Amino acid sequence: METLYLLIPLASLVGALGAGTTVASVREIGHRWAIPGVAVSFLLSLVVLADVLAGHTFNGAVYTWGAIGGLELEVGLLIDRLTAVMMAVVTFVSLAVHVYTIGYMHGDPGYNRFFAYIAGFTFFMLMLVMANNFLVLFFGWEGVGLVSYLLIGFWYTRESAIAASLKAFLVNRLGDIGFVLGLGAIYATLGTLAYEPVFARAGELASSTIAVLPGMPWSVASFAAIALFVGAMAKSAQIPLHVWLPDSMEGPTPISALIHAATMVTAGVFMLARLSPLYEQSLAALSLVLVVGALTALALGLVALVQHDIKRVIAYSTISQLGYMVVAMGISAYAAGIFHLMTHAFFKALLFLAAGSAIHAVADEQDMRRMGGLARHMPVTHWTFLIGALALCGIWPFAGYYSKDTIIEAAALSAIPGAGFAYWATLIGVGITAVYTFRMYFLTFHGPERMDAETRAHLHESARVITWPLVVLAVPSLLAGFFLLEPVVFGGYFGSSLFVAEGRDVLGELAHHHGGWGQYLPLALALAGVGLAYYLYMVRRDLPARLAAASGPAYSALVAKLGFDRLFEGWLAGAGRGLGRALWRGGDEHLIDGLAVNGTAGRVAAAAARLRGIQSGYVYHYAFSMLIGVFALVSWFFLA
Amino acid sequence: MISLGHYLVLGAILFAIGVMGIFLNRKNVITLLMAIELILLAVNLNFVAFSQHLDSLAGQVFVFFILTVAAAEAAVGLAILVLFFRNRRSIDVDDINYLKG
Amino acid sequence: MTFGTPEMLAVLPELVVMGMALGLLVLDLYLRPDQRGITFALAVATLAVAAVLAAVLVPGEARTLLNGQFLHDRLGAVLKVFLLGGTALALIYGRRPLQRLAMYRGELFILMLLASAGMMLMASAGTLLMAYLGLELMSLSLYTMIAMDRDSIPATEGAVKYFLLGSLASGILLYGLSLVFGASGSLALDEIAAHAARAGVSDPLLVLGGVFVAIGLAFKLGAVPFHMWIPDVYHGSPSPVTVVLASTSKLAAFALLMRLLVGGLGPMAEQWQVIAGALAVLSLVVGNVVAIAQTAIKRMLAYSAIAHVGFLLIGLASAPTSGYMAPVLYMLLYTLMGAAAFGIVSMLDRDEAPARTIDDFAGLSRTHPWTAFLMLILMFALAGVPPTGGFMAKLYVFQAAVEADLVWLAVFGVLMAVIGAFYYLRVVKAMYFDPPERTLGPVGDRVAQGAVSVNALAVLGLGILPGPLVELSLFAVAGI
Repeated sequence: METLYLLIPLASLVGALGAGTTVASVREIGHRWAIPGVAVSFLLSLVVLADVLAGHTFNGAVYTWGAIGGLELEVGLLIDRLTAVMMAVVTFVSLAVHVYTIGYMHGDPGYNRFFAYIAGFTFFMLMLVMANNFLVLFFGWEGVGLVSYLLIGFWYTRESAIAASLKAFLVNRLGDIGFVLGLGAIYATLGTLAYEPVFARAGELASSTIAVLPGMPWSVASFAAIALFVGAMAKSAQIPLHVWLPDSMEGPTPISALIHAATMVTAGVFMLARLSPLYEQSLAALSLVLVVGALTALALGLVALVQHDIKRVIAYSTISQLGYMVVAMGISAYAAGIFHLMTHAFFKALLFLAAGSAIHAVADEQDMRRMGGLARHMPVTHWTFLIGALALCGIWPFAGYYSKDTIIEAAALSAIPGAGFAYWATLIGVGITAVYTFRMYFLTFHGPERMDAETRAHLHESARVITWPLVVLAVPSLLAGFFLLEPVVFGGYFGSSLFVAEGRDVLGELAHHHGGWGQYLPLALALAGVGLAYYLYMVRRDLPARLAAASGPAYSALVAKLGFDRLFEGWLAGAGRGLGRALWRGGDEHLIDGLAVNGTAGRVAAAAARLRGIQSGYVYHYAFSMLIGVFALVSWFFLA
Repeated sequence: MISLGHYLVLGAILFAIGVMGIFLNRKNVITLLMAIELILLAVNLNFVAFSQHLDSLAGQVFVFFILTVAAAEAAVGLAILVLFFRNRRSIDVDDINYLKG
Repeated sequence: MTFGTPEMLAVLPELVVMGMALGLLVLDLYLRPDQRGITFALAVATLAVAAVLAAVLVPGEARTLLNGQFLHDRLGAVLKVFLLGGTALALIYGRRPLQRLAMYRGELFILMLLASAGMMLMASAGTLLMAYLGLELMSLSLYTMIAMDRDSIPATEGAVKYFLLGSLASGILLYGLSLVFGASGSLALDEIAAHAARAGVSDPLLVLGGVFVAIGLAFKLGAVPFHMWIPDVYHGSPSPVTVVLASTSKLAAFALLMRLLVGGLGPMAEQWQVIAGALAVLSLVVGNVVAIAQTAIKRMLAYSAIAHVGFLLIGLASAPTSGYMAPVLYMLLYTLMGAAAFGIVSMLDRDEAPARTIDDFAGLSRTHPWTAFLMLILMFALAGVPPTGGFMAKLYVFQAAVEADLVWLAVFGVLMAVIGAFYYLRVVKAMYFDPPERTLGPVGDRVAQGAVSVNALAVLGLGILPGPLVELSLFAVAGI
């Protein structure tokens, strides 16, 4: 079985490397490597899932890379129920996106390169979820980040793509600082980085203290949990480190679906669940997670209301939904969060891919003001998009209904500080989600056709290689919630892979907590939101503009994305640049460059020229050099 | 009575002359070959003296091998020298300085 | 004196190589010039077969055979596999370049086999006599191979210099051997070790002999200040011969060092440890600093070889305390890196002539991306950048130094590695950032291209998964 586990990421890696060898080729052959590789990963993941369901788990090192001091650098895998689900979801979505890409990237000069990247991404993502220690987790974490930057800047001749790539890189560096600090705190306290001993000794982390600021001792568990959460905030786009995700839409649509909706951005959520024994030790950390998630869920949903770019609407919606997952982590409803992660992976990938199909049809136009009426021309895209939209809004019986409502109801029951706020934020968020989702749906697929005449003449459904993945993804978006909610969330599926402290088991409570009017509130809000969207964008089309004018500053705040970009670009980047310039002028140019680097380089070059002169070319000089050596060594031994 | 010490000192002197010959000589490469032979001679003298002193034949067997190898070495050395002369029309030590730096 | 079958079985690899050398000498006379491929293929096959035999015949525990002349142990077997494999690679890489140099002749292949036989004897020497004969067999073959490029001034001058200085070094080594013999009364390495353990530093003859032996070995390895021949000889030699000089002849010198200093004078480790440390510092400085001023690629790599000897010597200086795994690992990896790097250089062709300077590599990534990528791996590996094998090798050496309480040496080594990175990156810069100026391309058949790809990728792979090589090195030094 161990070989099988190892084979899963390696199959994708082989696919990536194979596709990498075709980069120079002008023929579109990259998929011949990447798709079989990822398909093997997917099938083997299913085998592992079945095996895990039969009760077999694995935790151990498969390869020892080296040992430095007391720190063993091991490639260790942890295969349990949580991991198996993630592996299946990641490889399934990845495979669907791979197939879709054949059609979507057809004709792009970077076709083969693209396949090398996404297969490589699958490898790193699998390493991330399969890790049994923090180092392998970090390896996968940085690996998926790297591929993400490469893919955001995929069309590297566009200036905006380069800027977006740089932004993603910088914001994630901020997160990495937190991540590494967290790792450092854990290693310094416990002397190990493997999950098992860290989890077993999590109590020690809680009882030992660290003085981050002098005179202010802080529980190591809280410090590490919060520091790691900063890393998760960057990766999973939580306020205020979410600013890179909307810009990441500069990349090709398949990766928006795979990386920036279904898998990579959920890595932060996955990490919180994986580290549940650590987070359960710190009420402060849980409370922070909860509040940040709730803020994100609410605020970024509002921003999605005013976007015109279809991909950006879905991007903000993704951030908002990630907020829901993070809220679930904060209220210790880990299983519900992972379940929402799963259903979200299906329906959000579906929405992105369907949006990509629509974008392709209207000559790569992403502005919804130039779309409309596509339902007539693209029936498959339309219906699958509708399924995704209904799932996203949480309409019964679609997948999102079950996963999202569970989180909201669990928030109502939770006693963690901030849970009350989270409940109302997520509840209101449902209505907002419904409005922006159906605004997008109606603007794109119904109403007058607003594209130019030439584009309209060429409107047609996308090729099968594009529509088939949509259909495949639509099935779980429709059914996953109905069939899987009971066993996965309430049936104790995750068993010991998730840890919930005594008295915080809101999901266990929820399982016995039936009835009450509050249960139907989210669905009612969602239906109201759909109705409002229909009224505003189908019946009274003049109303949105008037509303915008009437709401004045509120509207402009939303258009300005609540000022977060301004905050980063103006204040932080400005201050950073100022500090950087000061250090550069004073420190770097004068001290390091002037004295250390250039000075050393100059001195070394001079020394090189002089020493070179000793190599005169004459044999007797060479012999003389040897004799000096002989005399020096002999006299050293006999005189000293 | 000539003791082991005398042989060793003679060997050391021969060795030193050979080594000096290599880096003091600025004339021609043939002299260098002769200096190398002198070094080997010093080694042979050492081996024979030790062999006699220790009453062990191993040292003298070693000497036979050194003599054989020295002959092969001289042959190879002279052949290389001939090639060098063909290319440069000189076997002066001072002319062997195309490669340097 | 009896020769039993097990004894003959143990020396079978040596017998195969020497027998085939003699056989080819006769066979080649009956072949037309256009049938030279037969001799070539047979020579490569001989080396490969001998390598396989050496690997198969690896003994469970060390034995001395043939009246103590021949040491049959794991270290010898591992080193022989690399020696033979490396020489075979050098021949494969060299096919087209040798044809262009008009050196694609039977004599060269026979000399290659004889040199390999000499290297194998060095790796298995049980007595001082065998060590000396192996060394001379290898050296004389190498002198001759260099001079085979008959009309080239650099090649013949390189041969003259190598011959003169090599003979001087042999003389110094021999003088040391004679003193060691006189002090211990035996030529057998195990008896010398026993005597050294008894007498130690109190025997001035033994100490003096040990110093001279160490100097002779330092010359063969190319440690400063006995390094002066290296740049001139590497630079002047025909490139296919340089591959052997830089990779397997280095490894053979290391094998001899393991036999003489560790096997024979091991009890005096405290003495030669000091020499190794001092020479390491000098080699690191001279190698890394002077390499920066070089423009010719082979000369630059020659100074890089000197610097690498410095790293190896760090490992050797710490070895008596922290074990011989690190230096053995370093040397095995360097053999791979050196063979591939010089192999690519020997195969590059610019305007119908061999590429000589670093500038000749300009724009290689655009005209030949795969070759450039291989060279990139090798430059990173030589510089010690992770995740290449070169990084692993350096890491283990530095770790050994720290364990042996030679922290200052490890720190110094890291500093020098940083300076060293500069000149390797110049090659990378030329390949990836400078515009191509001349027509530059790899020569060599598909087999050579494939072999060099495997070789370079192995260097990369052993950095990512160093396990097998670490295990192999531990296996080799288990008996020491």
